[in-house]
Amino acid sequence: MVDFQQMVRERLKDIGLSPVREAEIVDEVAQHLRDRYESHLSNGVSAQEAERQIAAELYERDLARELRDIEKRWSEPVTLGADERGSFWSGLWQDVRYGSRVLRLNKAFTAVCVLSLALGVGANTAIFQLIDAVRMRTLPVKNPQELAVIRPNVDARAGRIHGYMPSVTNRMWEQIRKRQQGFTGVFAFGYEDFNLATGGQVRSAQGMWVSGEFFDVLGIQPILGRLFHREDDHAGCGMPGAVLNYRFWQREFGSDTNVVGKTVRLEGHAFPVLGVTPASFKGITVGHGFDVAVPVCSEPVFNPEQPLYTLPQGWWLVAMGRLKPGWTLEKASAQLGSVSAGIMEDTLPPAYQEDLRKKYLSQKLYAYPGATGLSQLRGQYESPLWLLLVIAGLVLVIACANLANLMLARASAREKEIAVRMALGAARGRVVRQLLTESLLLALAGALLGVALAFALSAALVRYLTTKPGTVFLELAMDWRVLGFTAGLAVLTCVLFGLAPALKATHAAPARIIRLAGRGLTATRERFSLRRGLVVTQVSLSLVLVVGALLFARSLRNILTLDAGFQRDGMVEVDIEFERLNLPPARRVPFRESLLERVRALPGVIAAADTSVVPISGYGWSSNVVVGGQQVDIVVQMSNISPGYFRTMGTPLVIGRDFDERDNQQSPKVAIVNQQFAKKFFGGDALGKTFQIAADRGEKRYDFQVVGVVRNTKYYDLRENFEPLAFYPEAQDDKPDTWTQMMVRSDLELASVINGVKAAIAQVDSGVSVDFHPYDRQIKDGLLRERLLAMLSSFFGILAAVLATIGLYGVIAYMVARRTNEIGIRMALGASPRQILAMVVGEAGSLLVVGVMIGAVLAVAAGKSASTLLYGLKPYDPLTLVLAAAGLGAVAIAASLLPARRAAKLEPMVALRDE
Amino acid sequence: MDVTSSVFDRELKKGSAELLILSLLEVRARHGYEISQLIEQRSEGTLKFNVASFYPLLYRLEKRGWIEGRWVEKAGQRRRRYYRLTASGKKMLKEQRRTWAEFVEAMRRITGVGQSV
Repeated sequence: MVDFQQMVRERLKDIGLSPVREAEIVDEVAQHLRDRYESHLSNGVSAQEAERQIAAELYERDLARELRDIEKRWSEPVTLGADERGSFWSGLWQDVRYGSRVLRLNKAFTAVCVLSLALGVGANTAIFQLIDAVRMRTLPVKNPQELAVIRPNVDARAGRIHGYMPSVTNRMWEQIRKRQQGFTGVFAFGYEDFNLATGGQVRSAQGMWVSGEFFDVLGIQPILGRLFHREDDHAGCGMPGAVLNYRFWQREFGSDTNVVGKTVRLEGHAFPVLGVTPASFKGITVGHGFDVAVPVCSEPVFNPEQPLYTLPQGWWLVAMGRLKPGWTLEKASAQLGSVSAGIMEDTLPPAYQEDLRKKYLSQKLYAYPGATGLSQLRGQYESPLWLLLVIAGLVLVIACANLANLMLARASAREKEIAVRMALGAARGRVVRQLLTESLLLALAGALLGVALAFALSAALVRYLTTKPGTVFLELAMDWRVLGFTAGLAVLTCVLFGLAPALKATHAAPARIIRLAGRGLTATRERFSLRRGLVVTQVSLSLVLVVGALLFARSLRNILTLDAGFQRDGMVEVDIEFERLNLPPARRVPFRESLLERVRALPGVIAAADTSVVPISGYGWSSNVVVGGQQVDIVVQMSNISPGYFRTMGTPLVIGRDFDERDNQQSPKVAIVNQQFAKKFFGGDALGKTFQIAADRGEKRYDFQVVGVVRNTKYYDLRENFEPLAFYPEAQDDKPDTWTQMMVRSDLELASVINGVKAAIAQVDSGVSVDFHPYDRQIKDGLLRERLLAMLSSFFGILAAVLATIGLYGVIAYMVARRTNEIGIRMALGASPRQILAMVVGEAGSLLVVGVMIGAVLAVAAGKSASTLLYGLKPYDPLTLVLAAAGLGAVAIAASLLPARRAAKLEPMVALRDE
Repeated sequence: MDVTSSVFDRELKKGSAELLILSLLEVRARHGYEISQLIEQRSEGTLKFNVASFYPLLYRLEKRGWIEGRWVEKAGQRRRRYYRLTASGKKMLKEQRRTWAEFVEAMRRITGVGQSV
């Protein structure tokens, strides 16, 4: 009889069914043919004829074609045996499904791996994005690499220094424009906050002074109207117009396309809108956007009494240029250098004293790289950010070590499974691929979660770093290169450590492993020492990070709790501006006093006072003083204040009196100094003594008599040492400004204080502009860098400690599992549970001690490089080291207690039977 | 190859054969050979399946969920695959019967064929 099965099988050959399905069909159809054959025979048909008829029927139609539409074509299911027919890819899907099932079954293992990876990848990407935004991204303008910043090589700035990172005066800028040759175009700009409101609560807009060439040299095209050109910018231009930033136009004008010709009110002055810049142009300074730009020549409109525009010592602009083709920064600098002497000669402020004149004249102009714009953030945040990146990198290393450890442990645990599979005929490559697939699945999941984390983390960071609501601090873009790099590293780790043991395990003869499976081949010293090494690395690195976290957290605490000489809580700073009232100078101080009186009368207000300089605001006024006819070479910080200032600030008067109504324009000039001033200049006994402020050339010097000494207070920065300070009564100021800062101390809620003060001031005159800043929050904002470091390093430190603990736990648990048999023998021979416990914990302890010792050395070395970022601490602060080591040790030992207790509780007989 | 079977094979694809199979499975579960024999016998040889079209048709019905196959081993016999009607198969059978009746009735009215039957 013919082989009907073979007949059918042949017809199905090319269709690519799964073997199982093919067998089913072959079975069923062949059975049918057999039945038919037998029926033919019973009807008296000859065997030969019956065969012929059946073959004819089967071959008449194409079974394969009929089936093709119905039957799913299966990818080759490859059993773990050597399958000659399988292509490299065959069975891959099966591997993926199997792998994900295995991972689902080991939830804890999978979660730890994926989270470790995600945190490592996400954190690194997020921090790198910040660095990129602060440090490396070029300006979104035409050919940014051609841009250069033109400024003097030494800082001889004195006089009025105004705005954001100014480096030239207007006169200097005009001379640069006239005499430079290396640039196709040069431009200047400066920053100013404009108040959009006309009285009442201030609504700030970030303003920019720009020279006429600004937009043309940068190559910015308007999306509406026109931008400034050279001819718009000339002395006495008045208010030729304003150019709006795209976002500002959206926000303030609702994207009105007819905005050109409408007006925008800046400090009450109506500027016609000329045009709108494209959305892509966000300004030229990283971390400092702009809302509205007005020409440099409009500045006198805002400061008619003492315009920076004409003031020789008014530093308020930044000069930049676009290099000519073929010109380098060196060549342009050389050309600028050759004309510097002439420029300095022509622009020397006449008010400068002799030593300052010398310094000013010695300045040389240089061209510095300008492709990435200008940024103060860069100086402030660059080193902390790099440090954070190093920290995040270490976390990634620890995470990878953890991963390696876990993968090693797993591969060892699965040796028996692998051996069984190989004994059943699985090809080595096939088993390796299976393990590889699992590693890749883990890595992929980790990397994906890492991406999500990177997005979330960088968004959170930007929110954290944006102190003023509504201002764009930084634009962060997902950096796929970094992401790719970190994810690649993670994948590599997974693959390497997932594979190494797999390769090794598949080397050995299966029978041997199966026989030895209880104790395992991998319990050998060699493999185990690799895992110990990894744990020691983890412990030491995480100690470094924990020490770092503690150092930064303690630094922040030191700064936050240090005695600044005043009480930070319960105060609101009120910025008051009344230029619009056009008060003559003589009436300004009485007007301020009338405001103060109103505010002091408010219920809940404990004290209130004016000051020209708010401590720790970053602004200041300083000068040299003349004591006993000799100019002293120590700079003294100064401030004009109203009576009651020290009471408001909570700064105690050590000796003498506060200012009062006796101190006025007619009375002799007086001052209150701090202890440091008294000590430096008068040997501690300053009361009644006199000194002078070093005046500009040609100005009269007044004698100031010290009427009081107050406790030392910080001035610019909480981190500084106490410097000599002098306070003068604002009533004796011969050029009182049309603005002041009122400090209000109150025990009421913030909102009610603000509302009360706002109403009280509006009652005096509704044209007064006010802006409020809760003082303690402002100080905290000023400590952003320290807080960022403390927060992130703590986060990473904890993370590192957790990862290291998991690593240690894994190794110890693994050791216990591997040595169950041995533990059984020990117990059978009389070891007590306590001894077993001690043995296991001792094992953990020895790893910990080695790790901590290495870590301590590393931490001290690493601390030195971060010493400039610390406050009130030494990098090798012993307390911090001990705290970190003790904390890490306690957590790690606690973690190893779990497997240790499990070991101690073993029944000797059960343990001995353990395979 | 006889003409009827060729025509009928074409009909298979049009779906009338489905009705035949579903009807035969209404009473009890049957294996493929039995179904094809019953069709041949009851139509007195007029309707005949080619094996290469018949099994694909069964698989299609199975895939649609109208019938369900199960391997059954009986003592002294080779294992066979028995098909039975599923719930949705029953619904489909009812529907196809109605459609078919309407179709036959329409044909009858027009052609006059089968009037006396």
